[in-house]
Amino acid sequence: MEETRKNLLEVRDLKVSFFTPAGEVKAVDGVSYTLGYNEVMGIVGESGSGKSVEAYAVIGLLQNPGKVIGGSITFEGEDLLSYDEEQMRNMRGKNISMIFQNPMTCLNPVYTIGNQLMEALTCHDDKISKEAAKERAIRMLELVGINNAEKRVEQYPHELSGGMRQRAMIAMALIGEPKLLIADEPTTALDVTIQAQILDLMKDLQRKENTSIIFITHNLGVVAEICDKVSVMYAGKIVEQGDVGDIFYDPQHPYTKALLASMPRLDEEEHERLIPIEGTPIDLLDPPQGCNFGPRCKDCRKICLTKKPPYADLGNGHISACWLHFMDGAVKKEEA
Amino acid sequence: MEERKKLLEIENLKKYFPVKAGFGKKQYVQAVESVDYFIYEGETLGLVGESGCGKTTLGRTTIRLYEPTSGRIVFDGTPIYDSEKKIAVDMLPYRRKMQIIFQDPSASLDPRMTVGEIVGEALDIHGLYQEKAARRERINELLDEVGLNTEHSNRFPHEFSGGQQQRIGIARALAVEPQFIVCDEPISALDVSIQSQVINMLEDLQENKGLTYLFIAHDISVVRHISNRIGVMYLGSMVELAESYELCNHPIHPYTKTLLSAVPIPDPDKTRSRQRLLLEGEIPSPINPPSGCRFHTRCPYATERCKQEFPKLREYGPGHYAACHLLEQQ
Repeated sequence: MEETRKNLLEVRDLKVSFFTPAGEVKAVDGVSYTLGYNEVMGIVGESGSGKSVEAYAVIGLLQNPGKVIGGSITFEGEDLLSYDEEQMRNMRGKNISMIFQNPMTCLNPVYTIGNQLMEALTCHDDKISKEAAKERAIRMLELVGINNAEKRVEQYPHELSGGMRQRAMIAMALIGEPKLLIADEPTTALDVTIQAQILDLMKDLQRKENTSIIFITHNLGVVAEICDKVSVMYAGKIVEQGDVGDIFYDPQHPYTKALLASMPRLDEEEHERLIPIEGTPIDLLDPPQGCNFGPRCKDCRKICLTKKPPYADLGNGHISACWLHFMDGAVKKEEA
Repeated sequence: MEERKKLLEIENLKKYFPVKAGFGKKQYVQAVESVDYFIYEGETLGLVGESGCGKTTLGRTTIRLYEPTSGRIVFDGTPIYDSEKKIAVDMLPYRRKMQIIFQDPSASLDPRMTVGEIVGEALDIHGLYQEKAARRERINELLDEVGLNTEHSNRFPHEFSGGQQQRIGIARALAVEPQFIVCDEPISALDVSIQSQVINMLEDLQENKGLTYLFIAHDISVVRHISNRIGVMYLGSMVELAESYELCNHPIHPYTKTLLSAVPIPDPDKTRSRQRLLLEGEIPSPINPPSGCRFHTRCPYATERCKQEFPKLREYGPGHYAACHLLEQQ
């Protein structure tokens, strides 16, 4: 397979800012990653870390006052940032799709499920007949595990339960057979048993349809479950990136380590006190001069408060932005 | 073994909410159905279950924020509610002993009151610290206890972050020196890095003040961490109740087993190698719940008896309770 060697998506030094009356908010500040074919990447971070904004930029759904102010987004060799609205609209639903967190606010309450699924098909293909589109909508609903699909296509969103609606959303996102699926907290609003069903479904579909997935979540357990690689975001920057094994078994950035240590786990043997991350997330209107995590970091050094840390290459695609990795070289030079 | 003191005992508690069901018809949401449980003094009892399972209703009915439909509630040896003996005591003195922390801190703090007024209101209602200076000192002491600055007492809730707002809610609950606090999803609305700060604080407060908690959350990992014992609810009924480690490692009720197997663990090898039990279908409506065992429609082992008879909570191991007919037969 030749295609697997190429990258589906390449994001380089992406910068997104919101120009608010109070000033510029650098929501995404220099994010880079590559996503291969048939790969699942998790983006983890707290609210306000820029993980959703980054994804909205990729699919071209940034709302005013948000603007991409730098960097590049390359999808199958094409520069997405040079696309106009018409071209982007052709991409969306066909090549890149998105699942949102809350299915109730994303489905139109006055159209039937079937109508909304068919719309995703007909708006990219004028030739498809209504009957054929409906047939496909029914098959898609069956694929995502909705029983009684013939009846369901005629129903409205309010007639479906939460888990069912999320399945319908997934069906809608996948009906155009996209190469990239962006899932923005798709299971956060769901109960764990439904979450388990949805995760299984996504894993299954990814295998069958060869879709690449960007999975945005704050839940590290979900990441461990479904992702091949992980980007950990803090205050608009990726602080650490690597294979799922490296991130969970050999985390290098203090924020990743702190995040893992602060979470209670179902499999803990004895009661251990949690180690919280002190302080609160930074104000993006007034970011610190040095490392964004510096003010909350237990290992914070002098240089961390004055200069942004560069990435250290730890091998095997594992990178981490922290001055501690440069302690023998760069830092000593700085201090001298 | 020394008999531990039970601070709270609940027997056969029911809570139905009336709903409109068209002309002349009356229907009820059977939110809590025949629940028995008790809480030892000084312990944390966790309540888990999926949304709509009645855990919040049970928590609120336990302290009579919702008036029970029937049943019996005994607090510290005194019945505060008994539908058979027609006991329903005046709750005001008991509100000093039982408090609650709510899920959404921004919605549960009056936006037009300063933090000092919010925390102080409870003192005024119960006539505590009536002298001005003593009252102010008490408020400062409470803010200090939850990790806020004393200057914060003149500010309004919107000036605080979510984590700090939850601390204000906790200070308000602590103001009257309660024995028992219902923590209703106290950390669900908070960021991951803030959650652990609040969990640790709740644990410290419990240790210092000998508090008893009823800790309600849908995140089982959190409940497992903070609780001594855990109760699992499904569609208004308690299906299993046991000591935390026992429940998480040796669950006996089919629903608990499924629920636990669905919780993702932040460990890729472990979580991927686990066998997951999947449930068919969706949770039935509490307006018209299944007859007999409420889980029978989705239980892979359901028998004829499960469809007809409501299973009672019985003890199957030391302190390990479950409500399932199948366990009886074994």
